[in-house]
Amino acid sequence: MSDLTNLGVKAIRDGVAAGDFTAREVAEAFNANVAAAKDLNAFIVATPEKALEAADAIDAKRAKGEDLGTMGGVPIGMKDLFCTDGVQTTAASHILEGFVPQYESTVSANLWKAGAGMLGKLNMDQFAMGSSNETSYFGNVLSPWKKDGSNAALIPGGSSGGSSTAVAARLAPAATGTDTGGSIRQPAAVTGITGIKPTYGRCSRWGVVAFASSLDQAGPMARDVTDCAIMLEAMAGFDPKDSTSLDMPVPEWEKGLNADLTGKKVGIPREYRMEGTDQAILDSWERGKEWLRDAGAEIVDISLPHTKYALPAYYIIAPAEASSNLARYDGVRYGLRDLPEGAGLQDMYAATRAAGFGDEVKRRILIGTYVLSAGFYDAYYTQAQKIRTLVAQDFEKAWGECDLILAPTTPNAAFPLGGFDGDPLAMYLNDVFAVPASLAGLPAMSVPAMLNGDGLPLGLQIIGKAFDEQGVLNAGLAIEQRSGFDAKPERWW
Amino acid sequence: MSVTREEVAKIASLARIQMDDAALDSMVPELNNILNWVEQLGEVDTSAVEPMTAVIPQAMRLRDDVVDADPLTAGGRREDILANAPAAEHGFFGVPKVIE
Repeated sequence: MSDLTNLGVKAIRDGVAAGDFTAREVAEAFNANVAAAKDLNAFIVATPEKALEAADAIDAKRAKGEDLGTMGGVPIGMKDLFCTDGVQTTAASHILEGFVPQYESTVSANLWKAGAGMLGKLNMDQFAMGSSNETSYFGNVLSPWKKDGSNAALIPGGSSGGSSTAVAARLAPAATGTDTGGSIRQPAAVTGITGIKPTYGRCSRWGVVAFASSLDQAGPMARDVTDCAIMLEAMAGFDPKDSTSLDMPVPEWEKGLNADLTGKKVGIPREYRMEGTDQAILDSWERGKEWLRDAGAEIVDISLPHTKYALPAYYIIAPAEASSNLARYDGVRYGLRDLPEGAGLQDMYAATRAAGFGDEVKRRILIGTYVLSAGFYDAYYTQAQKIRTLVAQDFEKAWGECDLILAPTTPNAAFPLGGFDGDPLAMYLNDVFAVPASLAGLPAMSVPAMLNGDGLPLGLQIIGKAFDEQGVLNAGLAIEQRSGFDAKPERWW
Repeated sequence: MSVTREEVAKIASLARIQMDDAALDSMVPELNNILNWVEQLGEVDTSAVEPMTAVIPQAMRLRDDVVDADPLTAGGRREDILANAPAAEHGFFGVPKVIE
């Protein structure tokens, strides 16, 4: 039998349904890859028994001729931001080490209902704060990719870095991610895989450890566009337990896939042509235009004038929301407690949070506390929320001239571990192309485009109108069919 | 605008994060770097702009006013809620003495 771990979501689901192989064979093959890839540190906890249990249930259903579900027999990786009943959930932090949820997040429950099984909980940047997966309490995740002729360890992107590495290295056919300011798209781009952040509100936030609630959105990461469509369909849906959940039917994205873009206009935002962007990134952008033109689309120049202000606005809004959300970690209800000898309640809070949060998390809590504090609120927070309105209005105006937007996902390829040590600000700039769509709540995806001169993958980003995931997926499919991207990292782990 | 060491200590205290001298010393320039960078937002004239409150316009929903409308978020789950508490005692969360 050929290696089952080279198969994606659709191929596994259809193969299990057709009886080409059993779900148990698939789960065993991926469990073996997970166990053999400890060097990549993609998983915080592996749950091979969960994967087998779900697979056996699918095989039993098939024997009885029952419906297997849209993800039937597909084992996946679950980002450690999703609460999973009875399985440790840490958000890659020390403060939640040992936390075992007594309930299941809506998104993960939806996936299990669709027939998927869990290979384990994926490492990530602590509380989803980071772009390189270097802020996890459980150690760095390594990218399976290496530069040609170099042995230096590269970052897998972040915050969904365990997810990107697991999918790129064939430890899982697909994984969940979450995207607050690029945390699905940036790691997907730098590891040569595909990932989509849907419209804000498509996937329930219930049971997802909160970072910045007005931005947080879950989405799938997989090896191609079709697999993303299948998995997003399984994840999405109205949830009354999330006050910002979209009360709309979930479209049949998989059935709706169509790479013919005749009549579509694709906008090229001139402000995304920034100084300091790699030439190879600009080349991939040019190729992307050609591919979309070839698929029937018309390419038009557009302007998103407030682009340069999106990232600084994000670094006020997201830390402000984080400082509020993370106030819940107090050493009383769950997680770590640090109680110095003779300490009172206030000292316990301060000691617990000092011991439990990593440096980047503390930095953002402090920024957030500052911009929300009396005397500074209007100058920082209110101004940032006004800029957010302007960024969203830029997109609204652009939709008068185009249906979709094509841009790079990142300004550079994967960088070496430690590449931005001591300069958090330079690291933030990695999300410069990803953040505007987050601030506007728009669906956006990254698809692999090509390898750069060093043999590292680069991604292209497609941004769509609110609720038009289908348009985004279709343009992604058009690129995928023309890019011929089939590179995969050579196994060294 | 930039923050002083004393201001960072005050923010840390508001955020209930204990910081020693070394931690404060390294945090001050990092925060100032970030604050100087976000300063550029002041260039934008926003006098006629409303701050965003909802990224996708939505009406707030009301649920039926019934007890335990959703079993997942309903009552009667004391054991589940206390299961992860660092110091649960007699069905309550335990905390150090708060009488001063």
